[in-house]
Amino acid sequence: MTDTPISGAKALINCLKNEGVDTIFGYPGGVLLPLYDELYDSDINHILVRHEQCAAHAADGYARATGKVGVCLATSGPGATNLVTGIANAYMDSTPIVAITGQVPTPMIGNDAFQEADITGITLPITKHNYLVRDAEDLPWVVKEAFYIASTGRPGPVLIDLPKDITTDEFEFIYPKKTHLRGYHPDVGIDEDAVKRAASMILDSECPVIYAGGGVIISDSSSELLRLAETIQAPVTTTLLGIGAFPQSNKLSLRMLGMHGTKYANYAVQESDLLIAIGARFDDRVTGKIDAFAPHAKVIHIDIDPAEIRKNVRVDLPVIGDAKTILQSLNSHLQKMQTRSGAWLGKIDAWKKKHPLSYVQSDDVIKPQYVIQEIHRACPDAIIVTEVGQNQMWAAQYFQFENPRTFITSGGLGTMGYGFPAAIGAKVGCPDRTVIDIAGDGSFQMVSQELATVATNNIKVIVAILNNSYLGMVRQWQELFFDERYSYTDISQSVDFVKLAEAYNLVGIRAEKPSEVPAAISEALSADRTVVIDFVVDPTENVFPMVPAGAAINEILDPEVAA
Amino acid sequence: MRHTLAVLVENKPGVLARVSGLFSRRGYNIDSLAVGMTENPEISRMTIVVEGDDRVLAQVISQLSKLIDVISVSDLPSSESVDRGLALIKVAADMDTRAEILQIAGIFRAKIIDISAETLVIEVTGDKGKIRAIENMLGRFGIKEVVRTGRVALHRGTKTVGGEYR
Repeated sequence: MTDTPISGAKALINCLKNEGVDTIFGYPGGVLLPLYDELYDSDINHILVRHEQCAAHAADGYARATGKVGVCLATSGPGATNLVTGIANAYMDSTPIVAITGQVPTPMIGNDAFQEADITGITLPITKHNYLVRDAEDLPWVVKEAFYIASTGRPGPVLIDLPKDITTDEFEFIYPKKTHLRGYHPDVGIDEDAVKRAASMILDSECPVIYAGGGVIISDSSSELLRLAETIQAPVTTTLLGIGAFPQSNKLSLRMLGMHGTKYANYAVQESDLLIAIGARFDDRVTGKIDAFAPHAKVIHIDIDPAEIRKNVRVDLPVIGDAKTILQSLNSHLQKMQTRSGAWLGKIDAWKKKHPLSYVQSDDVIKPQYVIQEIHRACPDAIIVTEVGQNQMWAAQYFQFENPRTFITSGGLGTMGYGFPAAIGAKVGCPDRTVIDIAGDGSFQMVSQELATVATNNIKVIVAILNNSYLGMVRQWQELFFDERYSYTDISQSVDFVKLAEAYNLVGIRAEKPSEVPAAISEALSADRTVVIDFVVDPTENVFPMVPAGAAINEILDPEVAA
Repeated sequence: MRHTLAVLVENKPGVLARVSGLFSRRGYNIDSLAVGMTENPEISRMTIVVEGDDRVLAQVISQLSKLIDVISVSDLPSSESVDRGLALIKVAADMDTRAEILQIAGIFRAKIIDISAETLVIEVTGDKGKIRAIENMLGRFGIKEVVRTGRVALHRGTKTVGGEYR
């Protein structure tokens, strides 16, 4: 606090420091000059990216790895529009980020000024909320609200559009202690009656399945989930974003469900008589054909967002609120159940034995699944970030995740090019952790310019490219559903990834045989800078099991059938 | 099925775009929409008539409630509320037909608010049925132009919406 007037730019820095911001991912530009002049003297760590989209993804990766709000910054016009994909990605996966954009001076807004874009209009459908600051004195409460809205309730991105004159106007800075939002009440409390009813539905069930989503990780309720599962002896499947919410080594783990989930997870859901959904939203990649999803199950849906209830599926009992609070209360109503479930868990164990995840190993050509298993063997505690496509699914299937915030991936939007910048954000947020981006050769080429960012900022991540010379997931669908007509998915001979890494003064390693895989990984782990590993993998390997789009989740393609 | 929603929102720039954008991107149909300031100048009230079954209505209400600038959303069942719309109708009227048109306007308690040698402008308020009825009656004289407001609605009796926030 100060009584002497300060500029909006200085005030913004003060606001960010009040919110505990230590890092900004950004890219400067004309209207941001006053703000960047203040950043020059500030102790906030600014990471200069090479494309604004990657600033948004890095802020997103930072947020998912740390649980804190990620911050990105871009200039007006094209800088702001370049953030759009990253903001949409954060919105779909409920990631708390605050995106700050420059804007042309207020008197010029609406006149199609140089580098003007209506970014609040453009981001209306992909932000939890957004602001165009029209008066410098509004800045403190706008920033306060933005961080509050981004990080509470169901988290999400908030954008603040900052006209240049706002950053130069001076005013007496006072940071508000709390927000006064008439229309926003994230703390909905707990409906104890609903929790009691949930407990009695659980006690009445014979074949329950817990279906845990990203909400369990966001609400930090993994230990409550573990206690619930062990108390009621129910198997737990997770969504893609729920991976890490429940230890996959636990005998109750069914791993992931849905399109590329395990057969035993999908079979268990289809035969369950009670589905306990926690912080999950019944996405189409999870449910498959909606009318045929969990046909025998009553559904308890625990979620903080009332709009998710009955959006996609019928729900017998909604329980609205914070998953952690609800699970704590639910656990207090339940006692260890020894009697139930011999039969149910026995059936599940039989499915697990009969239908494990599997692939055919080779001595000549590297199987991508093998690379993931070797990475897990070498570094089980790594934070795994992925790109989107086959690489993402193999990472989800073949790494063994034990802890929340160790698997960071673009779920809802499915953004190719997310992984590398998100890995940068995760590493900046968790500098003591090993961060590995499981990449595809297609996805990585969307963002490879960020090699400059890691090189110049001394950020070490490992980019493990499963290089199959194809846009593999699309190629897989072409093989299975489009008569093997590989229309524009062959990207072989694109670039020498080893030389590309070396061009940025980073380390490039190539592995072409299965026997070279372990050494490549250990060399990468011991390197002092970012490493790109080019794993030349079997170009025709497909992701299985697979539920074709629109089929019920127990109508599963498996390798034998597909071959 | 039609539902009438009373939505209290912050009286700020861009709020209408947030609300209408939500309807279009989620595929909800707006039958009519009317906005105006309430007795508190910081708060506007939207009356939105929306078409859909109970599931759609529940989704509309919870999605609207998620907008930060939306303060409250209330469903006004027709049995517990009164609603009105207003229409201005410009109808061809000459010496021969004017008297009959005035008579029809009188029956509907409509007002004549402009007159020329060849036209009358009639102001009529009421529910949708009443406005349609007078339009039907005036049709044969030649309707030149019609403009309508969205519907506005209030609870019957002492009940109000938004409670403490207003």
